[in-house]
Amino acid sequence: MILLVLLIVLFAAALLSWIAGAKSHAACRWIALCSLLFNLGIVIRIWLAHTAISGRWWYQYKIDWVPHFGISLHLAMDGLSLLMLALTFFLGALAVLISWKELQTRVGFFHFNLLFVLCGITGVFLTMDLFLFYFFWEMMLIPMYFLIGIWGHEHREYAANKFFLFTQAGGLLMLLAILGLYFVHAANTNVYTFNYFELLNTPMEGTTARWLMLGFLVAFLVKLPAVPFHTWLPDAHTEAPTAGSVVLAGLLLKTGAYGILRFVLPLFPAAAAEIAPLAMLLGVAGILYGGMLAFAQTDLKRLIAYTSVSHMGFVLLGAFAFNEIAYQGVVMQMITHGISTGALFIIAGALYERIHTRNLWQMGGLWLRMPLMGSAALIFVMASLGLPGLGNFIAEFLILLGSWPASHLFTILATIGLVIATAYSLRLMQKVFLGPCDRQYAMRDLNGRELVIIISLVIVICWLGFHPQPVLNTTQNTAYVIR
Amino acid sequence: MSFVDFLSLGPLITLCAASVIAMLLVAIWRNHRIVYSFAIIAFLMSMTAVIPAIIYIPHPVPPLLVIDEFSLFNTGLILTAGLIILLLSFNYFEEREERKEEYYLLLILATIGALVLVVSRHFMSLFLGLEILSISLYGLIAYLRARARSDEAGIKYLMLAALSSAFLLFGMALVYAFTGHMDFPGIGAALRQAGYLPVSVMAGFGMMLIGVGFKLGVVPFHMWAPDVYEGAPLPVAAFIATISKGAMLVLLIRFYQDIQGNNYPMLWWMVAIIAVASMFAGNWLALTQQNIKRILAYSSIAHMGYILVAFLSGVQTGLEALAFYLVAYFITSIGAFGVVIVMSSSLQDAETMADYKGLFWRYPWVATVFTAMLLSLAGIPLTAGFIGKFYVVMAGVNGHQWFLLFMLAINSVIGLYYYIRLVATMFAVPAPGQQTTVVPALPIAGNITLGILTVLLIGLGVYPTAMMQLIQQMMRILS
Repeated sequence: MILLVLLIVLFAAALLSWIAGAKSHAACRWIALCSLLFNLGIVIRIWLAHTAISGRWWYQYKIDWVPHFGISLHLAMDGLSLLMLALTFFLGALAVLISWKELQTRVGFFHFNLLFVLCGITGVFLTMDLFLFYFFWEMMLIPMYFLIGIWGHEHREYAANKFFLFTQAGGLLMLLAILGLYFVHAANTNVYTFNYFELLNTPMEGTTARWLMLGFLVAFLVKLPAVPFHTWLPDAHTEAPTAGSVVLAGLLLKTGAYGILRFVLPLFPAAAAEIAPLAMLLGVAGILYGGMLAFAQTDLKRLIAYTSVSHMGFVLLGAFAFNEIAYQGVVMQMITHGISTGALFIIAGALYERIHTRNLWQMGGLWLRMPLMGSAALIFVMASLGLPGLGNFIAEFLILLGSWPASHLFTILATIGLVIATAYSLRLMQKVFLGPCDRQYAMRDLNGRELVIIISLVIVICWLGFHPQPVLNTTQNTAYVIR
Repeated sequence: MSFVDFLSLGPLITLCAASVIAMLLVAIWRNHRIVYSFAIIAFLMSMTAVIPAIIYIPHPVPPLLVIDEFSLFNTGLILTAGLIILLLSFNYFEEREERKEEYYLLLILATIGALVLVVSRHFMSLFLGLEILSISLYGLIAYLRARARSDEAGIKYLMLAALSSAFLLFGMALVYAFTGHMDFPGIGAALRQAGYLPVSVMAGFGMMLIGVGFKLGVVPFHMWAPDVYEGAPLPVAAFIATISKGAMLVLLIRFYQDIQGNNYPMLWWMVAIIAVASMFAGNWLALTQQNIKRILAYSSIAHMGYILVAFLSGVQTGLEALAFYLVAYFITSIGAFGVVIVMSSSLQDAETMADYKGLFWRYPWVATVFTAMLLSLAGIPLTAGFIGKFYVVMAGVNGHQWFLLFMLAINSVIGLYYYIRLVATMFAVPAPGQQTTVVPALPIAGNITLGILTVLLIGLGVYPTAMMQLIQQMMRILS
């Protein structure tokens, strides 16, 4: 029941803030913030209460929805869902905070969309019914489309359309695969159900499994995004408003990774093992190609967007390495990437608010003007390149350690990706904050609200770097993907 | 005619009587409001007449008609759709035409034609229903005589409908020549007995398909659709998009089931090619349109293609999916046309994309309704269209029609593009100083109707179980 509350709170808050937005902007922001903090509180309480308890599924909630098809409103939470939800509500609350001053037009509708997309993401992380999963998967799209299309930068409509069409195409293939699985299951067991737990052990032929797995995998690879399907990402991330970029990079990409861990690997273990080399190749290609493209960008947000492609390559590499270390690294990477990239987008947004450009050539020497922002950026740039002591290092280290037994070659290539990461990260720092300052920008450093945001992010990324054990403990029980 | 016959045909007889009374009413005292109220009462009474008919189903009225769950369900659907279109019509015609009263007479007649199609099980009644429907539509399409495009649309429809009727008749004659039957089950039995499909019958089916395809507006018989949608009065366009197509589809299902069309691969392939062509042509041609009416026309062509995929799946789920999709499509199409109706002023229909730019910031309510309708057409969750599309895909997977499903998936993405473009237009921020030419009428009755449609749309999208059970129950008799 508590799981349903999480969804209802967000949905109700979405409607409320839309209504309140007509009267008072502040009320609408407070409603959004409070609902997200409330949910974050619930999730943290669950976490604290359950760290010691073994057993995989902590909460389950199930009522029939369309019994005619075997569709039920089935929610469940394990360690993986819990971590993802904590990330969702944390970044969601920050997204509200960063829009506090930046966003002044159509505030009510903006918060409606923001909360609605978060509601969809929450649903994706919680649902254990494949129909419902598709339902929430699609539900995320429309509000995200509006967030990019209405409040984005200059090429927003193009970016929004591209984002929408890419993910929809992937989604439809997933729908076909879901239905295929449904009927294969029914043909073998005579039970028509979309229940994840019942579908888990569907006996099927190798060829069938391969095709169905591909349907799922393509949808998740588009979302992740893996290399041939990544072209929507730079556009969408660059054109979205800051809050939109944070939600996109921090959360929406994670739904793709989550889908691979939750559905592709457990539902089709044999077929996934067959395709593992190819998937790892795509992962490594993403790491290297994304990193090189990031190095070549002149647009700050675009640069950060391409680093996401690179970092998500690690997720793909680790997910298909089939061992527990890599798997834990993947979960870790999902969280730390959400934090560090989210933080970089927040900094990019704050910079844009002050100097109204994202062009790297028009920046430089900003450290002198804004030492606080510069140090914050330095921390997250270091996190992004995988400096020990910060969360990303743990994640990437675990992934490389885990993928070594699976494939030496790919691991070595992926390690080269770390060098590229260093190159583009330092270039970012150099171009923006160091070097000569030939333009006289008059601007203030981070203000109180921004400091709160940045400091909370810094605390989390350091905590993940120095003491990752609670996170690793939480995912331990869920590490079931090993052959 | 026995008492039971009388009760079973109640809805039809009520409307027939109403058409005569309406004619007399107009002759005695010409008043828009009275005729309008009378038409509403007639539809309501006809809908009430469905209830006693339920007791006696299934009840064939040999040789022409059959009243069973399937036909009663669709009778109810058509009457409800007709009533909603009627509700949306008053203001539209009040503002436009000198002589508005005959419109209601023609609308009742056209609905009678559609109802006859739904209950018919014989070539005679088929042709009778089709012609009542077509001839009323000639008048309806060209009703706003003052407009140039109205005449053009009327003539176009007249020519092509007459031509397609001729094909249909020839096809029927060929089928009759071989089988010696005009009733559907008789034809089916004769073909089974023969054990093969002779060329003449095949040709007959092909020609009949031209007649049917014309009414459905599927490729390659779709040429009239955009022009007629554009020229016809908006409520009439809604009528053509929903009731006229829906009735024909119901008839097609009944015929196909009765002759067991799935046994004849040739027939299956003809319909399959039409389905794929409709999906592609409809979506492709809609991509660059700037006129809302034409977009809706092309989109309805594509939607007929989707429906045919369910039709071709050859499984029981397919028929259920088809019925559900039809309900969703009715709600959505009438809703979309309803928005255009309430947005139109007395001087001009709100038909260009420019009229809708930034609509959300000027008339949030209308824009929200239109967004919901468009998202339903695109098949996005929380709407009836999503469940409908899901149902269709499910039927296709169940019937292993992977090729058709793949085509459907590609087309859904193409279709999404123009629906989304329209939604984006409504949410775009209009440049300062940019004034729109159309001042919307926004009648209260129209707004309430739109509200009801939206509630239905979301209701079916969130809780489809009740409707599914109803459909499942009525489809059982067809298997």
